[in-house]
Amino acid sequence: MGDMFRSEKMALCQLFIQPEAAYASIAELGESGCVQFRDLNDEVSAFQRKYVTEVRRCDDMERRLRYVESEMKKDEVDVPVLKAEEEPSAPNPREAVDLEAQLEKTDNELREMSANGASLAANFRHMQELKSVLVNTEGFFSDQEVINLDSNRRLDPEDPAQAPGAAQRGQLAFVAGVIKLERFFSFERMLWRISRGNIFLRRADIDGLVEDEETGRPVLKTVFVAFFQGEQLKQRIKKVCTGYHAAVYPCPSAHAERLEMIKDVNVRLEDLKLVLSQSADHRSRVLNSASKHLPRWSIMVRKMKAIYHILNFFNPDVTGKCLIGEGWVPTNDIATVQEALARASKVSESSIPAFMNVIETNEMPPTYTRTNKFTNGFQNLVDSYGMASYREVNPALYACITFPFLFAVMFGDLGHGLILLLFASWLIIKEKQLASIKEEIFNIFFGGRYIILLMGIFSIYTGFIYNDVFSKSMNIFGSAWHMNYTRDTVEDASLKYITLRPNDTVYKTYPFGMDPIWQLADNKIIFLNTFKMKLSIIVGVVHMIFGVTMSVVNFAYYKKYASIFLEFLPQVLFLMLLFGYMVFMMFFKWVTYNDTVEGPLSPACAPSILILFINMILQGSQDTPEPCKEFMFEGQKSIQQVFVVIAIICIPWMLLGKPLYILLKRKISGAPPPKPQGGGGEGHGDDDAMGEIFIHQAIHTIEYVLSTVSHTASYLRLWALWHATQLSEVLWNMVFSMGFKYDSYIGGALIYVFFGAWALLTVGILVLIEGLSAFLHTLRLHWVEFMSKFYEGAGYAFEPFAFKTILDVSEDD
Amino acid sequence: MEVILMIIFFTVFWAAVAKFGPILVTKGPQDDLVRCIFLLTAVVCWLFWLCCYLAQLNPLLGPKLDGKTIRIIASSWGYPIKDG
Repeated sequence: MGDMFRSEKMALCQLFIQPEAAYASIAELGESGCVQFRDLNDEVSAFQRKYVTEVRRCDDMERRLRYVESEMKKDEVDVPVLKAEEEPSAPNPREAVDLEAQLEKTDNELREMSANGASLAANFRHMQELKSVLVNTEGFFSDQEVINLDSNRRLDPEDPAQAPGAAQRGQLAFVAGVIKLERFFSFERMLWRISRGNIFLRRADIDGLVEDEETGRPVLKTVFVAFFQGEQLKQRIKKVCTGYHAAVYPCPSAHAERLEMIKDVNVRLEDLKLVLSQSADHRSRVLNSASKHLPRWSIMVRKMKAIYHILNFFNPDVTGKCLIGEGWVPTNDIATVQEALARASKVSESSIPAFMNVIETNEMPPTYTRTNKFTNGFQNLVDSYGMASYREVNPALYACITFPFLFAVMFGDLGHGLILLLFASWLIIKEKQLASIKEEIFNIFFGGRYIILLMGIFSIYTGFIYNDVFSKSMNIFGSAWHMNYTRDTVEDASLKYITLRPNDTVYKTYPFGMDPIWQLADNKIIFLNTFKMKLSIIVGVVHMIFGVTMSVVNFAYYKKYASIFLEFLPQVLFLMLLFGYMVFMMFFKWVTYNDTVEGPLSPACAPSILILFINMILQGSQDTPEPCKEFMFEGQKSIQQVFVVIAIICIPWMLLGKPLYILLKRKISGAPPPKPQGGGGEGHGDDDAMGEIFIHQAIHTIEYVLSTVSHTASYLRLWALWHATQLSEVLWNMVFSMGFKYDSYIGGALIYVFFGAWALLTVGILVLIEGLSAFLHTLRLHWVEFMSKFYEGAGYAFEPFAFKTILDVSEDD
Repeated sequence: MEVILMIIFFTVFWAAVAKFGPILVTKGPQDDLVRCIFLLTAVVCWLFWLCCYLAQLNPLLGPKLDGKTIRIIASSWGYPIKDG
């Protein structure tokens, strides 16, 4: 069988590489991505390993790259997306040195520029504030001069009490500055208090938002001028200004000087603007040129770091002339690995070629299943239950069909299936464009696009068989129920319902699917329930028998032939003789009983399968009126008794068979049992203590016997979930069909509205929510009912060292 | 007789799908997977059809219809209601 049937054969390989070729070899292996390296320096701490300085250098480069990248984000410089074929390989050591130097240069340049830029910007801001102080204070001073005149005029030179202060009063001192508007009011109050009211404060808001020097956020600011008297007060005011982070600017009191200063400031502002724009130009030039290289650089650095990380796993030989590494390689890829090593030796011109040994081991190799984009989704469903043990039968192969099929048994509706199919087709056709979308919910659907496709296709098939298209039926082959009623019968008001019987019509079975007449019948649910319950059990029993049979393939592969007779045989007999027989009875009843005959085979005499089955187990019986018979065929009773006896014998057979076999084998050999090879198969080795084996087997047996019953019942969810999709009929009757009940234009408009509501609810509730719940139940039927019959799932995944996965992971971060 | 022919027809049909379906898919490294998929598809689809067919082969109960539905069926599916 192909790749999917079992996981790949793996080999544990030992690599011997010359130190000078080591880097190139690992780079080649990283590109091919088929070796899972093992850490041979487990006991050595991360800081004492051989290539720790190189890893640190890579870290340093990554840090620089991050800085450059964040600067680019700040300036909104676009980083070109690298095409897959342009991806650089890992740099050789010489390139690495160049790369490091280049990165350092760019990094330093940027850092210097941003430091200079910050001081220039602060300078510019101060100049602007000074300018606004000068411009705005113009108005205050003209007012102030008037006030001064007034106070001078009121001054009486003869008054001796006021004479000493006259000189100061004539010259009010002032402080001018800029403060944040939000602080201004408490600032004003504070000034008022410290001067005991002897202060005169004026303000003028600066138009628009100004950048705050601390946080860089835009804030409102205002210019203030405080007039006061006395040197002492001036000191205090200055202190308050510092406390409130108000910037104080020198401002001449004379009008002419101020004009002079404004001119001067304007000139300096112009100069600064020029310098600022030039430095911005320079910065964007540097960033732009770096942005062209950035994706290449970051890939190169990441690859380099990964290589040194892997090299740290290697064991340096005692002589130091050779590095020894170990890793798992799929046997199919050994040639690829050897080629990669040869290429690397050639590139690095190493004198002795690197070589590889396959070594024998008792360890369980990792599980590796090659998937393509179609099987990947199914494999993921199985893997999320548990990674398959090494070389175990892979249920994903069968899940490719059984999963969509069981889903469709529940979901079965041609219309809804068509919606699924269209959605999945869209995802598949637009695959290339949609693959780049990184939205989580969308990615779940996108990852399962082939599952959805098959679920859609199977839902269309089952919908066809159920004859369900948005809860309506199609009459393609002509209904089997022919009527020949007379007008009197039909128009008889006393007969509310008429039940058709096959023996008074010409009955020919509808060839493909459900007869459309049932869609219109009042007893539709009764008929469909009996059919679908039986269908669920039939599908379930077949599915479970298939699962149990799979265990033979595993036993045969692991050469546990005894288990076939001691585990598989009683298990399958138990299942077949009880539930397989029940399935047989269902078919038998369908075929033999009919409405066209009288006597023991008439519908009135048809026994209930469930009652028959319960009586078979409990050895009970029931009274049946004449002419009916309790059993469906001659000798059924004795056959049933034999079946039950054999099934009961199966239980101790399962319980004791294997432990006794192991006991016997140990007695004969007399020696301690050998270690299990490869560790495949059952979780408990054959070398456990006898007591443990007995207990384990007892648990296993009880579990199997009980689960046979409960799992069969569990398949009834196929029928139960189908009921949920019957909501579409409710939706049709309650929503859409209301639009049909009106005439004229209103009816047309209403149909439009109701169709919208109906379509929305159909997609939202029936397809999406019912689809999800059917999906989950299908998943459960696979994980619990099917896979528990043979699947162990005790393996671990193969995680090869590949640049591709490393780059993908870091892109997601 | 007709029933047996019908069952044979569908059995042969799905057997043909299982046998010749993989030919439709271009040859590739996943040949075994394709064969397995077609085989399983044929088996489950056949079983599903068979159950549905046999369940209706000898119906033990007939559809219960009200008078209106019968008249609609009679007129649109072409079973004329006789006078009398």
